[in-house]
Amino acid sequence: MDIAREVLNIVVVGHVDHGKSTVIGRLLYDTKSLPEGAIDRVKRIAKEKGKPFEYAYLLDAFEEEQKQGITIDTTQLQFRTDKRDYVIIDAPGHKEFLKNMISGAASAEAALLIIDANEGIQEQSKRHGYILSLLGIQKAYVLVNKMDLIQYSEEKFNAIKQEMNEFLTSLHVYPLKYIPVSAFHGENITASSDKMPWYKGEPVLEAIDLFEKDKGLEGKPLRFPIQDVYKFDSRRIIAGRIEAGTLRTGDEILISPSNKVTKVKSIEYWVEKDKVDQISAGMSVGITVEDEFFNQRGEFISHTYDAPITSDTFKVSLFWMGKNDLVKNKEYKLKLATQEVECEIYAINKVIDATTLENLENASQAKTNDVAEVTIKTKREVCFDEFRNNQNTGRFVIVDGYDVCGGGIVTGLAQERQSVSKFVKQDDEIIVKCFDEYYYVVTEGGIKKIEGVPHSFNIGDVIPSTGVTYEYPAEFNVVDIKTGLTAIIRKSKLQDIILLKHLTYEQSPFIDSQGAFVKIHSEEDFNKFAADLEKLQQAESSRTAAFANQWLDFMKFRQIRYLTATKSLEIEYQI
Amino acid sequence: MDHLDRLEAQSIFILREAYKKFGKLGMLWSIGKDSTVMLWLAKKAFFGHCPFPFIHVDTTHKIPEMIAFRDRMAKEYNIELIVHTNQEALDAGMGPDKGRLVCCKALKTDGLQQVVTKYEFEGLILGIRRDEEGSRSKERVFSERNKDSEWDYTNQAPELWDQFKTDFPKGNHIRVHPILHWNEMDIWAYIEREKIELVDLYFAKNGKRYRSLGCAPCTGQIDSNAVTVAQIIEELKNTKVGERAGRAQDQEDSYAMQKLRKDGYM
Repeated sequence: MDIAREVLNIVVVGHVDHGKSTVIGRLLYDTKSLPEGAIDRVKRIAKEKGKPFEYAYLLDAFEEEQKQGITIDTTQLQFRTDKRDYVIIDAPGHKEFLKNMISGAASAEAALLIIDANEGIQEQSKRHGYILSLLGIQKAYVLVNKMDLIQYSEEKFNAIKQEMNEFLTSLHVYPLKYIPVSAFHGENITASSDKMPWYKGEPVLEAIDLFEKDKGLEGKPLRFPIQDVYKFDSRRIIAGRIEAGTLRTGDEILISPSNKVTKVKSIEYWVEKDKVDQISAGMSVGITVEDEFFNQRGEFISHTYDAPITSDTFKVSLFWMGKNDLVKNKEYKLKLATQEVECEIYAINKVIDATTLENLENASQAKTNDVAEVTIKTKREVCFDEFRNNQNTGRFVIVDGYDVCGGGIVTGLAQERQSVSKFVKQDDEIIVKCFDEYYYVVTEGGIKKIEGVPHSFNIGDVIPSTGVTYEYPAEFNVVDIKTGLTAIIRKSKLQDIILLKHLTYEQSPFIDSQGAFVKIHSEEDFNKFAADLEKLQQAESSRTAAFANQWLDFMKFRQIRYLTATKSLEIEYQI
Repeated sequence: MDHLDRLEAQSIFILREAYKKFGKLGMLWSIGKDSTVMLWLAKKAFFGHCPFPFIHVDTTHKIPEMIAFRDRMAKEYNIELIVHTNQEALDAGMGPDKGRLVCCKALKTDGLQQVVTKYEFEGLILGIRRDEEGSRSKERVFSERNKDSEWDYTNQAPELWDQFKTDFPKGNHIRVHPILHWNEMDIWAYIEREKIELVDLYFAKNGKRYRSLGCAPCTGQIDSNAVTVAQIIEELKNTKVGERAGRAQDQEDSYAMQKLRKDGYM
């Protein structure tokens, strides 16, 4: 018994009537994967309904599906090649049943996207392509079906290939192959078609054997979301499935977000033969730990040196399947791994028309079948990873009422939208305007300030020491006249932030936070400036101008350039 | 991990989700190979314990060996067993002579519905598989039934990334299908690997054996000389006959199973 055989789940997607069920039916028929009588049964049904024989009837098992000739819900069927076993998932092509398409596609590792050669690329061809990219399914072939209807024309095939490729490439889905087929006539399904000698690639059946399975989840950082804690007997067993990584008896582990550290005491089992001292990704396991803290479902076990992200605000891409729109200021439930938490939509950053990839401007809600980029705020902190780092712990669903209405992937942590640039060291920060640019705008007849893109510079960050209208040296200091906090820039990097009075003079020039040169040329000047600054901070603000005129030279590191108009001008840091 | 390890791990994950989510949970045990494998998986999932009752809907038409095996195993595995019969229907003379689908509906579907109502189950674990027949191939792992156990199969809830449906109005229940993704061959290979004891009706006597078990009047035997699990696996590799070909109710009409299952059949 070859139980060690590999299994690959493939979803078949595409626009309605482009022939998804027919492709699968044909594959099953040609690989003799159907039980005796299945074809006879389908023939009988076709006859009863007074319709011609359709391979699709093999999959469209519901009476409603066969009557109307559409797939309502996804079907999973198995077949095998010499290389491995396949679970092939037939997904509905109707927009109305998109949620069923997504349910089917979510469990697949690879995809076949079917396009009708005669009709070309249609709305759902694109939407399904988009959803594949959101689900992280990178392995895809495009099957251009019904080639018989376009007389097996290479030219038309190439035109479809080019158009679809342009669309998919913009989504970072790179189809590995384009295969021209006629599923109904069996051309290029199991054997190369003599009707299309110009096609040099493999037929579908050979091509799917070339999909490579994902590997290496065991080697990723450990992620073990707690599913439940059992106390059926004297053991207190923490149960769950390892989503990534490997865990051994004796390992030191971190439990997040409660931040507790302990060690694995034992790996539990029922049958003696299941006893192991190492467990890894994909396994449903149970462990006991040395320190019996209060643990609960939802917490993440990781190694201490590779913890997941813990946050209550994060950015996601999601698809919405709900009857009601996705809106702000409404309570939803978020389910991520074994965590469940109340959440709300903090911001809708973008709603995308999945078929044109156009952004719907200022959308305040996502409607059913929309794709959106939003910021989610959860009631308490949750553990996760970015989807690109770990698929299993980087995706989630949103429940509205009783139903799962959305699914999405975490794209990153949300940062507060800031309006100013700053230098930051823990609690100390200096708001800086020294990277703003000044122009004399000819059409407006005056000097205009153009602010740089707001950004926070942390210790060690490279700063933009040279702009279009300013040029600071590689080593200088930025003093905040109001607070006396001074940023030390060395080799164009922010090295430290300390109070001026704690600073030792080192000859490198000083500027204020606006970018004006501070007229310090010697240690004597430095001491005098420090004393004047102290006085200024204690005195009335009316003396500021006098202080500035005495100490500051605005133009030392700047020049004002001429500009025709401010429009279309965008300043970017040159780092 | 090999193929069987992965199937097992997924089933255990599903069983643990069901146990965590449903206060009132029961597992249907038909005494057949699939639900006996589920019993084994439950013991593994909960480290030798079975923290919910097992339910047998007894039509009184079962093959006698099945009942003897049931009672012996319940003791050996130390499980809580609920046996229920739709006595009302039997008293009114229900049997396969009234029509197979009518009989199935009354003694199995309605019997099951009575159990759900009586014990107020929120979750019911069943051992159906996608490869058995068409309407099962379209099932969800967590599949909602309304208060009358009806299945709204044209409007199933999305199910992705193992985030199952656990929110539903009171009175409805969820059918949990932990081995939905297994096929017949997987079941036998797992039985062989784990050395799970089965009712001996599956093994050939006098050139005949049962491939699928149900009620005596509606379940046929197949020609076979397979007396071990290994021989059954070898036999299945070379057959082209469907697993449920011996189950008479399936053959009553093109959509027999869909119709039965819409009303709450397992």
